[in-house]
Amino acid sequence: MRVTAFLTDSTLCIGCKACEVACKEWNEVPDDGFDWSGFSYDNTGSVGHSTWRHVKFVEQAPEAGLGGNDPDLASWTFSSDVCKHCENAGCLEACPTGAIVRTEFGGVFLQPDICNGCGYCVVACPFGVVEKRPGDGRAFKCTFCYDRQKVGLTPACAKACPTESIQFGEIESLRLKAKERVQELHARGMEDATLYDAADSSVGGTHAMFVVRGDPRAYNLPPNPECPTVYLKKAWTSSAVAAALLVGGSLIAFLADRKRPSR
Amino acid sequence: MSNPSPPQDPREERLAEIRREAEREGTVKQRGVRPAGAPFPIASAETGYYGIPLLKEPAWTWQIPLYFFVGGAAGAAAVMGAIANATGADRRLVRDARFIAASGAVLSPALLIADLGRPERFLAMMRVFKPRSPMSMGVWTLLGFSGAASATAFAAFLRGRYGPSLPLRVLENAGEAASLAFGLPFSNYAGVLIGATAIPVWNENAGNLPMHFAASGVGSAVGLLELAGHQKNRALQAIGLGAAIFECWEGYRIESRQLPKLDPLKHGPSGRLVRAGGVLSGPVPLLLRLISGFGKGPRSQNLRRIAGLSAIVGSIITRYAWVQAGHASARDWREPLGNNDKTDG
Repeated sequence: MRVTAFLTDSTLCIGCKACEVACKEWNEVPDDGFDWSGFSYDNTGSVGHSTWRHVKFVEQAPEAGLGGNDPDLASWTFSSDVCKHCENAGCLEACPTGAIVRTEFGGVFLQPDICNGCGYCVVACPFGVVEKRPGDGRAFKCTFCYDRQKVGLTPACAKACPTESIQFGEIESLRLKAKERVQELHARGMEDATLYDAADSSVGGTHAMFVVRGDPRAYNLPPNPECPTVYLKKAWTSSAVAAALLVGGSLIAFLADRKRPSR
Repeated sequence: MSNPSPPQDPREERLAEIRREAEREGTVKQRGVRPAGAPFPIASAETGYYGIPLLKEPAWTWQIPLYFFVGGAAGAAAVMGAIANATGADRRLVRDARFIAASGAVLSPALLIADLGRPERFLAMMRVFKPRSPMSMGVWTLLGFSGAASATAFAAFLRGRYGPSLPLRVLENAGEAASLAFGLPFSNYAGVLIGATAIPVWNENAGNLPMHFAASGVGSAVGLLELAGHQKNRALQAIGLGAAIFECWEGYRIESRQLPKLDPLKHGPSGRLVRAGGVLSGPVPLLLRLISGFGKGPRSQNLRRIAGLSAIVGSIITRYAWVQAGHASARDWREPLGNNDKTDG
């Protein structure tokens, strides 16, 4: 079975939100309110239990060649955010029920019939993707359209994207494509174009890569995401030391007390 | 139909002007019109994505911090009870420690299940045994502890009622050994649970949270035993002193480190809670215990009871405070973007 990935190219995104709509329709994701956030044309703010694709509207300081001629008007780029489907997924490692699994396509899939709503994946995700759905109590996130991939179909968001800003395919070829695209953008003068795939972090790379212009932080993409399993050794060592201290301390205290003649 | 004439509007005139400039120069250099409300908030490396938090806040209900407290106290009580029994300490102390452990063994799963919303969901926890998931390890520890601690208390109860017998003695001793084994991780694993997460204030403390939570659990177990009538026991006094000293050191550790990541432990509502919990768990019981050491009468015993009560209240507040600090930490959009280090050298 081939390992797949998303490549989301913000330089091609037109902010139409077709991916959001397609995702909601196919996956029957509940609506997430029709309120504007007040930040550009963003109405959901972030990915969450009811927002599996989220188009970011990144208004940045004016920059020549971006966002029109007016130096007073912000440059404006769009980027469709999604679950990163990490190579070392914090949510998957943390899940105590085995509800979150790695699929044969390399994606991270949360089985809703097994999730018991313990909420541990919510605090284990370094990208703030998984969220508990109020009223339901279970956690939800992007499925990487596992059901569609199973029968050879492209995920709903990628299929609906009118500009091929969201591309879907075999991960190695897509990675190559991403690097070529960045080089192409550089050649065209967009020297701030970069590829974000968290490959150098403990997350070990993602199955959702992003081509963005400028600093990824403006897109709420963390520069150093950490898979929380990196803290396990430290924490369990501390736990073992605490246990040893408790046994040792109690033994000394009770033994010393026994030897006292006054008792 | 006649061709409508263009409206004589200043905006239309402006468009015509721009068009003329474009035709003449090949580009438009004039300034545009400043829209109402400008300048708008921007997304940037410094301001992140409009300052919208990246991380999600913990989704736990109030039952979870209470469960941390109950589990910590029960686990520590089981360990102390088993060691007291092995060293031949007061029988009543052993009995009461077992009772606290068994009560915690019943309460803990109830609290955990209440947080899940639907009781049958707890069964999904028993599908897998997953060493890399602190939540999975914690649930198995809880199950082992619950079984062991309640079996011990039950066997001891039957022995008291119907007299000693071999099967009861085997059950009681095996139960106690298992309570000791499970009680040790049970008294501190909550520290591992929240330490190994993506929440900055928690994972920054991954190396000391288990010890901190263990000391908190020990302090409250000692307090519960003292309130149950063991305010004269010297071993408990010594253990209580040890826990209070550790909590003082933990407080010093938090306050002395100047890291923006630790702000939720010092500032805002969660910071006030952490400090309140810390004072009640550390300095207050430490002082009261030291003062009580000078006397022997009912007054010094009362001081020890107050010290115990203070440690219990402090422990409850501490667990709640750390969860609240996690909320505050998740809301801080700067931290995961690494933007705090620059502003706060």
